[in-house]
Amino acid sequence: MPVKLHVEDLAARRGEDLIFQHISLVLQAGEGLVVTGANGSGKSTFLRVLSGLLPVDAGRVRLEGAGSDNLAESSHYLGHRNAMKRELTVSENLVFWQDFMGDSPGGRGLPVEVAIDALGLSGIGHLPFGYLSAGQQRRMAMARLLVAFRPVWLLDEPTAALDASADRMFAGLVRGHLEQGGIVVAATHQPLGIDGVRELRMTGFAGVFAEAGY
Amino acid sequence: MIALFLRDLKLSVRAGGGALIGVLFFMTVVAVIPFGVGPDLNLLSRIGPAILWIGALLACLLGLDRLFQAEREDGSLDVMLMQETPLVLSVLVKCLAHWTASGLPLVIASPLLGLFMNMNEVAIGATMLTLLVGTPAITFIGAVGAAVAVALPRGGLLVSILVLPLAIPVLIFGVSAAYAAVEDPAPFLPPFLILIAITLFFAVIGPLAAAAALRSSSD
Repeated sequence: MPVKLHVEDLAARRGEDLIFQHISLVLQAGEGLVVTGANGSGKSTFLRVLSGLLPVDAGRVRLEGAGSDNLAESSHYLGHRNAMKRELTVSENLVFWQDFMGDSPGGRGLPVEVAIDALGLSGIGHLPFGYLSAGQQRRMAMARLLVAFRPVWLLDEPTAALDASADRMFAGLVRGHLEQGGIVVAATHQPLGIDGVRELRMTGFAGVFAEAGY
Repeated sequence: MIALFLRDLKLSVRAGGGALIGVLFFMTVVAVIPFGVGPDLNLLSRIGPAILWIGALLACLLGLDRLFQAEREDGSLDVMLMQETPLVLSVLVKCLAHWTASGLPLVIASPLLGLFMNMNEVAIGATMLTLLVGTPAITFIGAVGAAVAVALPRGGLLVSILVLPLAIPVLIFGVSAAYAAVEDPAPFLPPFLILIAITLFFAVIGPLAAAAALRSSSD
């Protein structure tokens, strides 16, 4: 059964401040959503609310067709921080996340070596993560999306610190995930370079949003 | 879960892990006591179990503040919070790994330090046994403090202050059981069983409370 993500009249606060409200959308399997907006307009808050790391102030988020209707358990969240240990090697980090996270029903993660190759970083799997450059670290953090299967990817500024070729490679990863019937929600300043992706424009404290074709 | 246990063990023995810091601190504390107290062998052997316990308690508290803070700083905590695996279980496994890396070495080092304090074999054995049973409780209690202070940049001292009052019963029953093994009239078993009960109690309460604190601290 294909997955389907419902966001109904969502609102969130940070402390007393209302960050956004009245966000409603439906994402079908194979659809992507790019969240854009100025700094501080609530992109990260939106993603953290979707991933269950911040409480919902009003409305609700629902996932159909995955193993559980809890979106957090069926999603990958790639935040500003890479969730990798500097002291462990790249392979050790990825093997750990693969074992710890497991696969959601409906798909399988790639073997660690294949994921490292897919990110274009073959041959450095034995290095401690802390030795890598910022861009390489970011790419390795993306490998986590591949080693454990999750139908929904929630990506916060995924391409920060990446060069142009890595941007294209990442666009390829996202396209591949969408073709397999996944859902991608990405907050970004740069266009991802993927056709047919919808856009959610956050406008800051006014809490109004506009959805438009990309 | 085994993956998490092995990862935390690996991290604690790699550079910056700090597993040995606790043992070194424990040795330092106990080794300076004879110099401070003086060469009164009877006095040293009488206060030995208590000194070993106090040293182990303080050494246990040393690395606790990093238990969840390191995970939070690199974003791993976010991923752990989102998993289907109950957070309580992840916290319990992290506590067990932390104890294996930093509590167990204290237990193993205690007989050597017991010799410094002129303790006899029975006293050394009893202290080692009570430390083995009692130090996990300190880790479980400390996990709660570490979870509460996870978002604070200088939470280390705060964790110790939060945790110490709760760890006092462990110290009292640990030391009294160790003394009971040496001094005849006092029975060994009652305080020892209470010590086991305290450890089992906090093995349940600690991870539950720590998981609740971690959930509410995410921002």
